Amino acid sequence: MPLSASFFGQKFGLTEHDLQSYLSEALSAGGDYADLYFEYLATSSLSIDESIVKSAVQGVSLGIGVRVISGDRTGYAYSDDLSPEKIRKAARVAACIAKGPSKVGKTGFDEAGKRNLYPVLTAPNETSLIERVELVKRADTAARAYDARVFQVQASYVDSLRQVLVATSDGVLSFDRQPLARLGVSVLAREPNGDPQRGSSGGGGRVSLDFFQNEKTPEHFAREAARQAIVQLDAVPAPAGEMTVVLGPGWPGILLHEAVGHGLEADFNRKKVSAFSDRIGQQVASPLCTVVDDGTIRDRRGSLNVDDEGVPTQQNVLIEKGVLRGYLFDKLSSRLLRAGTTGNGRRESYQHIPMPRMTNTFMPSGDSDPADIIRSTPRGLYCANFGGGQVDITSGNFVFSASESYLIEDGRITRPVRGATLIGNGPEALKYVSMVGNDLKLDEGVGICGKEGQNVPVGVGIPTLKIDRMTVGGTAG
Amino acid sequence: MIDAELATQAVQSALDSGARDAECTLAEGEEFSARVRMRALETVTDAGSRAAGLRVLVGRNVGCSYTSDLSSEGIRKLVASALEIAAISSEDPHAGLPEPSELGSLTTDLALYSDDINTIDASRRIEQALETEEAALSADPRITNSNGASFDAVNGERVFANSRGFVGSYRVSTCALSTSPVAREGDSMERDYWFSYARSHAKLESPAAIGRRAAERTLRRLGARKVPTQKVPVVFDPMTARTLLGNIFEAVEGEAIYRNASFLAGKAGQRVASENVTIIDDGTIPGLFGTSPFDDEGVPTRRTVVIDRGVLRSYLLNSYTARKLGLRTTGNAARAITGNASIGHGNLFLEKGERSPEEIVKSVRRGLYVTELIGTGVNIVTGDYSRGAAGLWIENGEFAYPVSEITIASNLRQMLMDIESAGSDLEFRGSVAAPTLLIREMTVSGQ
Repeated sequence: MPLSASFFGQKFGLTEHDLQSYLSEALSAGGDYADLYFEYLATSSLSIDESIVKSAVQGVSLGIGVRVISGDRTGYAYSDDLSPEKIRKAARVAACIAKGPSKVGKTGFDEAGKRNLYPVLTAPNETSLIERVELVKRADTAARAYDARVFQVQASYVDSLRQVLVATSDGVLSFDRQPLARLGVSVLAREPNGDPQRGSSGGGGRVSLDFFQNEKTPEHFAREAARQAIVQLDAVPAPAGEMTVVLGPGWPGILLHEAVGHGLEADFNRKKVSAFSDRIGQQVASPLCTVVDDGTIRDRRGSLNVDDEGVPTQQNVLIEKGVLRGYLFDKLSSRLLRAGTTGNGRRESYQHIPMPRMTNTFMPSGDSDPADIIRSTPRGLYCANFGGGQVDITSGNFVFSASESYLIEDGRITRPVRGATLIGNGPEALKYVSMVGNDLKLDEGVGICGKEGQNVPVGVGIPTLKIDRMTVGGTAG
Repeated sequence: MIDAELATQAVQSALDSGARDAECTLAEGEEFSARVRMRALETVTDAGSRAAGLRVLVGRNVGCSYTSDLSSEGIRKLVASALEIAAISSEDPHAGLPEPSELGSLTTDLALYSDDINTIDASRRIEQALETEEAALSADPRITNSNGASFDAVNGERVFANSRGFVGSYRVSTCALSTSPVAREGDSMERDYWFSYARSHAKLESPAAIGRRAAERTLRRLGARKVPTQKVPVVFDPMTARTLLGNIFEAVEGEAIYRNASFLAGKAGQRVASENVTIIDDGTIPGLFGTSPFDDEGVPTRRTVVIDRGVLRSYLLNSYTARKLGLRTTGNAARAITGNASIGHGNLFLEKGERSPEEIVKSVRRGLYVTELIGTGVNIVTGDYSRGAAGLWIENGEFAYPVSEITIASNLRQMLMDIESAGSDLEFRGSVAAPTLLIREMTVSGQ
């Protein structure tokens, strides 16, 4: 697509000559590299509470970020005004980081990444509000109809359409149009005179509204949230101590995100502050484990045609049969480590500097029948759903919190238990994986990953996984 | 400086377009951040942005919108967008703005803005970050690496106007110095951090003090081990104790209360904590981080006793949740420009007690001193609490060795009742603060 036909060409009349001159301004004090990130973001958020659509928000933001890299130093400035004077001013501020002659010679641009992993003709954000508000109303009705013990339902629907243009001093020009939508349902249930329990569910992706109307409907998420809340009504206190843990397929893949994903981001490894630093080629997981980060899966929440530095995303093998193979790179880290790019340079918005981030992180299926995995476990914990997680990159200690789990007794899933946090150490935890199911499932599309104050959408997935030893943080002895 | 006229114009334009009521927030911010790492400059960010948020009521239907485009065309679209939303929302009998009699602004000097930050130029800011990191790096040979050090400064202005005659604005400034060293000994590698945060540059702690403290906090974690699973007393240091206050805020804010989504819903007037516990929200204290002259609905901030010697006295409310509960707003309305109206706190703190932190630790025969909590394992609906923890093991009233890769678990209802002492070491390093707290018993899960 020529620049003139792109969103920013059409709407703001940007030309290659403009981009070239802003980049020259950015490199006017020297420096190795500069880039421009133009972003136009339209969002809407609709929610229902007590069966009333109480309020909703829609809005737009627009801005440009200018970055200059000089050695391992970065200068950054942004503006929410796209007038040439304001962009030039931002470029001059970012340029303050650099000294000496500019090492860049390239002129002209080549367009990166012409595929489309999310060919959504009409983004959800471009449809009528009436159609979208119907989704939360349907979710409310379905959750209340599920069980008489349901007494509160909140459903929320959020979408965004992001238009991005990246132009770099090494001659890359990329455009992307990134739709994203997510429907979430949260339910409270209680027995008469009993204490309330919560259940929640949600999903979405880089999809059209049709996804919620025909594939994963509001009723699907509503019933799932209500089911979880009802299950919790009978939950007993979670056990405490080390035990065998079986993770169900899908969202419990947050294990990979926390235990290994963050620790393999190249910025931490370049600085040697990660528990995984200098461990390429070493055994860091059981030979049954392969872990992949893949930004190219169609329609997925974590997928991108090109990352936020204009580099096409790809499939990256992080761990192969238990052996650490690679890190996730942004341009700065790949430049400083003289490594190839992996398409993992991401940022929250034009106000943020790119960093290495995950996209969709998962473990491919193994050979075991999930039923055999449960049967082979005399005593343990089966975790079907999780809330969030967190990791300390340096020590490698990570947590993730189970929201729906059950005791396994004599090879059978028995009583539900209350929420509990699981804790482990990244380079050690996956060594105890003794069985990998043949049932890989990706999550339904709810993940938000936070790092140094920046949030980006991500995906995770695992097949059923048996971990022989992990610490479970319940209260029961 | 933003033109406050812009907010009143947006409100008027909404009224002219058929809204019964409207309110508009304008926010402008400038940020500067310098990050150094391993004695060299790494990143400088220097930029600013502005945005407007609008809420309209058409009858009893609410609509919200925001934009980063403050041109007259941008404001026109902002109004149209909010009205479009109001047309698809449901009628809500409790929707509305605060009563005119409830609106107002504190008139005393709240010391929220200091110009001295702007007199420190970029090179001096970078120098201070370098000095902070250097103090940590040179504190001990086991500090071998660093996540860096930062100098951050923010200047902001907020303007609020509504259709009931309120117009107000205030400026804020903050600056911070922080560093995160990495220590190594044998196979053990640990990081920690320390920081100073202030509304004026003159009030920042010295780079040397921040760096040394960060180094001490990091070094004491080296060689951490797991402990066997057991029930023991747990001491929360002030940094982890304040996260408990954050949990309590979520349990007393009006939305969780009217939805019955809090373990404290319906408990007003009842004993919910030990008598050592008094929790106050005060948005009026000059110079602090949770202070403002009015909340995000134009209601003056105030001092609210949330828990008085163990008895739950007040929830924290905006005008909507107050109407839902048949109460009055406590001046706790909050709104992020891009979000819905919600509830926030001012300076939320637990009143200090008599005993020093040293005396509290000394009183524990065997237990855990928590210095870090990670993860999201707190359920406000049930009070169930289970989080990843790291800290120091206490034997006979003394720190014996560092521990990590453990969890601590209980239920917040029980934990509040089990608070045996609050230390004398209350200090504001943010808008939420607590002294050292001793909790009688929690389950520590490890080996």
